[in-house]
Amino acid sequence: MPDIGLAPAPTDTPVLQVDDLTVRFKRRNTDVAAVNGATFALRRGETLTILGESGSGKSVSLKALMGLLPGYAQIQGKIWLDGKEILGLPPAELAKLRGGAISMIFQEPMAALDPVYTIGEQIAETIVQHEGVDHRTAMLRARGLLERVKIPSPERRLKNYPHEMSGGMRQRAMIALALACSPSVLLADEPTTALDVTVQIQVLLLLRQLQQELGMAIVFVTHDVGVAAEISDRIAVMYAGRFVESGTTREIMRDPRHPYTQGLLASTVHGAMRGAKLETIPGTPPNLASLPPGCAFAPRCRYAIDACRAGDVPVVTGPTGAMVRCVRAAETVAA
Amino acid sequence: MSAAMKLDPRDRGGPAQPLLSVEGLKKYFPVRGGLLNRQVATVQAVDDVSFSVRKGETLGIVGESGCGKSTTARLLMRLMDPDSGSIVFDGDPVGERAGITVNEMRRQMQMVFQDSYTSLNPRMTMAESIAYAPRMHGTPRKEAFDRAETLLAQVGLNPRQYARRYPHELSGGQRQRVNIARALALEPRLVILDEAVAALDKSGEAQVLNLLGDLKSRFNLTYLFISHDLNVVEYMSDRVMVMYLGRVVETGPVEQIYRKPRHPYTRALFASKPTLDPDRRTTEMPLTGDPPNPINPPSGCRFRTRCAFAQAVCAEKPPPLAAPLDGETAEGAPHLVACHLPEAQAAMGVSAHA
Repeated sequence: MPDIGLAPAPTDTPVLQVDDLTVRFKRRNTDVAAVNGATFALRRGETLTILGESGSGKSVSLKALMGLLPGYAQIQGKIWLDGKEILGLPPAELAKLRGGAISMIFQEPMAALDPVYTIGEQIAETIVQHEGVDHRTAMLRARGLLERVKIPSPERRLKNYPHEMSGGMRQRAMIALALACSPSVLLADEPTTALDVTVQIQVLLLLRQLQQELGMAIVFVTHDVGVAAEISDRIAVMYAGRFVESGTTREIMRDPRHPYTQGLLASTVHGAMRGAKLETIPGTPPNLASLPPGCAFAPRCRYAIDACRAGDVPVVTGPTGAMVRCVRAAETVAA
Repeated sequence: MSAAMKLDPRDRGGPAQPLLSVEGLKKYFPVRGGLLNRQVATVQAVDDVSFSVRKGETLGIVGESGCGKSTTARLLMRLMDPDSGSIVFDGDPVGERAGITVNEMRRQMQMVFQDSYTSLNPRMTMAESIAYAPRMHGTPRKEAFDRAETLLAQVGLNPRQYARRYPHELSGGQRQRVNIARALALEPRLVILDEAVAALDKSGEAQVLNLLGDLKSRFNLTYLFISHDLNVVEYMSDRVMVMYLGRVVETGPVEQIYRKPRHPYTRALFASKPTLDPDRRTTEMPLTGDPPNPINPPSGCRFRTRCAFAQAVCAEKPPPLAAPLDGETAEGAPHLVACHLPEAQAAMGVSAHA
């Protein structure tokens, strides 16, 4: 049986639970509703992908989990990490969690790593900060981490500055840094988007393998349907700050039920479409500063009826736990 | 398509003559450093690249970052001068006494860039941007602006709504439509699309790809379509050219390249493509490591340091771009491979995941 990234048997208690998370950016004249009630739970060893286009609120959701949003962001809802509520913790307590129980990797390692410290120093510093061990021990651990993320000649690479490494190598170094204190949750914000395709697949395979070995839960954010299919156990599709559909990777890829998910998959170009016109979703995503009432996708949806624009959209949950937020869920399946 | 082609009064050599042919294109960039800012190394960005584009076709150029695909585009447009090599546009050498000038070539060859925002002057309205080049080439103001509005409508933007807007007032997809309209304003015959949809969301990408298809048949255009996205290149192209570290490693009809790739690099590239199927996930790394630095690339075949088949001969001399060594040839456009070893070219190992 080849390794296809299936997680070790998950235990029942979620390591991360998010309940009705909302994020608004309120400034003098604007009120942008970036995340409008995101709810999900994640078990050990599980990968959830938040799939969405730019401006859908997927990255903002991650930053809210990590406590990285600017002060004027209004965050509401509940976030439990390992059973402990973390939203609204004082900054000092939050700093203990960040890089410890919960850590994050980004699209641009060059921006996430400190250019004036070597990779070894950066990883060791995190370990010293969180675990209070001495510098020598921390350096040894750092070397082990570089080996773990398959950086060749780790001893030498410890002494490298970020600019001395290639893009793929920097991404591995950032993963090593994020895993330094064995987090229970790893947040991954488009970590392969800036990489070449031959390097991207290496990083995806590495993440799958590390998850099997270490058992952390991963929240993976991407706009790329192909990447989502490679990495996820479950996929949640986000549109205008809301999950419009979620389910297992198989359910979403094979049998998408929300018209937006259907449109997103249909407009994802692949070779078999040669010569045919691509199906497109008409129009553009809504302005988050003035969301329409009812379903935010209704203005672009070919199945939209009056009820869609009227008010709150019912959530339909299937027997397998798959969720779809659509007034016409029952009918669009047949369509 | 070819019937419509003959109507173009600018056509010189008939349909059999390539619209663009490039021979031995080369561009090295010096790397300076040290106390006296001396040249310490050379980036061999484009090294002896030759190809041709037929009238009415779309040639896709695919490769990873640093492979020289964008430098090639810039050399063709003469946004930078090549170190050596010749460019012939419909039979006329470009920039030579016997041929046409660079300006004359640019009337017939235009380019669309990846970044839709920095491509546009932030202080010009959409109509001004589109009308700019025709006005520079002598079109009266009124006529140029009328034509700009027509073009806006042709790329799917209502001129009443968009002609007077500024770049920051449009979405990325809309701005890219304006860039396409501007490229078409001089009625070019060849349009170079350099990662033109790479910055767009999936739905915007599909819209722009459909638009490009429509415009191509409407204006009898020929495309040079440059992208790192293997799926988009397969969808758009008639022929494909694969580049690696400044050289062409394989070229041929799109079906041949995608169904029966010969070069070990091409096969690894396709095998790295995410599968879109959760039951057939990639389980083995097709390649390890990053592409080598184009400063001091490997001798001989540049792929040999990552190639599973590499032998001594691969380090000795660069392989020529030639028909596959096992003698199998394709009908129509030739399928050419730059590889010394017939056993490395055995077409296998690529699962044809759609």
